[in-house]
Amino acid sequence: MSNSLTKILTALGLFAIVTGFQSCKPKTAQSAAGGDASKSFIAPGKYDEFYNIVSGGFNGQVAVYGIPSGRLFRIIPVFSQSPESGYGFSEETKPMLNTSHGFVPWDDQHHIALSQTKGEHDGRWAFANGNNTPRLARIDLSTFRTAEILEIPNSAGNHASPFITENSEYIVAATRFSVPLDDQNGDVPINTYKQNFKGSISFVSVNPSSGEMNIAFQIRTPGVNFDLSRAGKGKSHGWFFFSCYNSEKANTLLEVNASAKDKDFVMAVNWKKAEEYLKAGKGKKQAVKYAHNVYDENTHTATSVIKTEVMVLDPADCPDMLYLIPCPKSPHGTDVDPTGEYIVASGKLAASIPVFSFTKLQKAIADKVFEGEYDGIPVIKYEAALQGEVAKPGLGPLHTEFDGKGNAYTSMFVSSEIVKWRLSDLKVLDRVATYYSIGHLSIPGGPTAKPHGKYMIAYNKITKDRYLPTGPELTQSAQLFDITGEKMKMILDFPTTGEPHYAEAIPASMLMGKQRKIYKIEENMHPYVSKGEGQTKVERKGNQVHVWMTAIRSHLTPDNIEGVKVGDEVYFHLTNLEQDWDVPHGLAIKGANNAEILVMPGETQTLKWVADRTGIFPFYCTDFCSALHQEMQGYLRVSPAGSSTPLLFSTGTNKPAVTTPGINVADTMKK
Amino acid sequence: MNCTKIFAAAILSTGLFLVTACGNDGAKTEEKVIAADEQPATQPESHGTEVKAGDVTLTTPVNAEWVTAGKSIYELKCQSCHKLTDERLVGPGWTGVTKRREPHWVMNMITNVEMMLETDAEAQKLLEQCLVRMPNQNISKDESRQILEFMRQNDGVK
Repeated sequence: MSNSLTKILTALGLFAIVTGFQSCKPKTAQSAAGGDASKSFIAPGKYDEFYNIVSGGFNGQVAVYGIPSGRLFRIIPVFSQSPESGYGFSEETKPMLNTSHGFVPWDDQHHIALSQTKGEHDGRWAFANGNNTPRLARIDLSTFRTAEILEIPNSAGNHASPFITENSEYIVAATRFSVPLDDQNGDVPINTYKQNFKGSISFVSVNPSSGEMNIAFQIRTPGVNFDLSRAGKGKSHGWFFFSCYNSEKANTLLEVNASAKDKDFVMAVNWKKAEEYLKAGKGKKQAVKYAHNVYDENTHTATSVIKTEVMVLDPADCPDMLYLIPCPKSPHGTDVDPTGEYIVASGKLAASIPVFSFTKLQKAIADKVFEGEYDGIPVIKYEAALQGEVAKPGLGPLHTEFDGKGNAYTSMFVSSEIVKWRLSDLKVLDRVATYYSIGHLSIPGGPTAKPHGKYMIAYNKITKDRYLPTGPELTQSAQLFDITGEKMKMILDFPTTGEPHYAEAIPASMLMGKQRKIYKIEENMHPYVSKGEGQTKVERKGNQVHVWMTAIRSHLTPDNIEGVKVGDEVYFHLTNLEQDWDVPHGLAIKGANNAEILVMPGETQTLKWVADRTGIFPFYCTDFCSALHQEMQGYLRVSPAGSSTPLLFSTGTNKPAVTTPGINVADTMKK
Repeated sequence: MNCTKIFAAAILSTGLFLVTACGNDGAKTEEKVIAADEQPATQPESHGTEVKAGDVTLTTPVNAEWVTAGKSIYELKCQSCHKLTDERLVGPGWTGVTKRREPHWVMNMITNVEMMLETDAEAQKLLEQCLVRMPNQNISKDESRQILEFMRQNDGVK
């Protein structure tokens, strides 16, 4: 007894010493990054405070996380096919991925812009850019589904996009690569870059009620590369700011050649002026080809229209529309503070962060304090627009967001840290390490006139030793910081899907109440809807077989189909008759060359399937819907081409089983 | 044993004390994470309010308009699981339902199935037999009355 007591005491004593020692040891990077679980903990059954709408990078999708828990709720299919939901595979959603190049089932998704009214989030739409085959997408925040995709002509790499004005008047799409324009002969030697390559910025209008996007006009620019952008707000509303690199107009080894000059530019665009020029008829129509894809929630079907014209403004015809501000070495982020007065440009190879003043910029323009011209565009004297520089912030400043309390937070890619500094005197206040190589950062409402603050999320490119290793390819990560105090404090570290670039966060209360739960079956206008089991049927049209099918817990109707022949294209038009939340039904059939479809309550979706051989092909529901989900299945019989098997379909007729020796499989084998 | 417990408690609390004493070096910014409000109730999907005994008046002859309306709702939202005969498909056949059940019971089953499965012994018995929770089919109180009228006609009420 006394022996065991001693053991226990010794163990407890050691525990106390160890605990005490650990908690008092000086903070290394490792312990500082230890997190504060209580601040990110959301008890089971409780909700997060923010939705975090996060770009997916090379997965082409958009992810939705909860903040502060870091829990992943959804991956919204946007620019890439999703076999999980059937997006881009179902007949209804294929047109969403149509482009002037045909069907493009993947893209590289970098930035998010949430719609705004009066400079604040309004919780209606999220916009997302497709970088590779230039596109813009609009996601409806009441369904978390992609509602629209617009291709951008005269662009090659839609990187400086989608940034939004304070009343969602426009989202922009500026090209990363300058290239010969779409109506020019592009078959030119690459080293004629300076002569033949042009830049382009598209201003895409957003219909205030429907959200529908349209290219209002494009501005032709010198052949630089556009990187990032922000709209002015408040006093600077009416202006847009773009970071430009490769002002050298190099066409090879840009790593060195585009960094030759000491300064590149921030391009300031007076878009109100551009609107005036457009009204005055200064725009010129240019022949182009681009796809505009819209999903209709009543027909549950997307349509793709190829458009053939854009209106273009040439700065040569439109003085006072564009200005250039010199900016140190290849700027990345160009971010406007909540008041609209300060424009923070992060030259990723620069030793300081220049902060420009909108007031000074206006004065410099009025007084014509220019240091020259670049391709005919006035270049403002650096000092004339400069408020000041944040000195020695760190290495590789990339992107800045704001907390609405007068502070700015800049991510430092090279030195893997975030630097907090004060807008009023540009003094560095705090710095915190990230793990590792942070790209963008995000503060809820950070790009708006009224940031929600409280948290900051870092999106890191490298995780190296942070998580359990998974072979050569490792996860990317996000790190969550509490920014309510003077010191930034890491409270959570979570892996992400895809490779997030930029993200926005919006209070949960703005979106929760407006979530769509079902599609009303009465409002379903799909041409192949079955409004009730009584309307299910199978019809042949040439070599196409159309199946009007319904799903409800837990059977498919019809579930016995015969008379399909080898070579037939079978279209399963599945209507989910459920009218209850969270009861999708799926449909999969053996040998399908595409994917499954996942059909929401009240919705109709179509899976195309080609009969490639004779036999019996089972199909079933893929979404666990009830205790009898495993019974939710059926059979399709395929007969040889030219055979006379009649077209039959049924469910639950409970006919007695038939055994016909003549068509017994074993007998057939013997023959 | 008592002795052990006391020691353990004492030492544990010392350990905890050390942690708290050295852990918080900055200002106290312990802000409790506040979960967002409960899901607001204004949703297109409807769960009706409870229909009480005596809320429903049955008249003869049956209301022909309601019968027609009830039939079309039946075909859209009910037929998949309920036959008009006494044969059970997913749920019970409808023959005789208006004789077996009170009118308000039927209407609650249609519009308030969650409540019924939680509180009503007869509804729970049906779930044990059928094993599929009757789905909420987003049917309003008025529509459920029309369905009831259709059921009455199906049961031979003129």
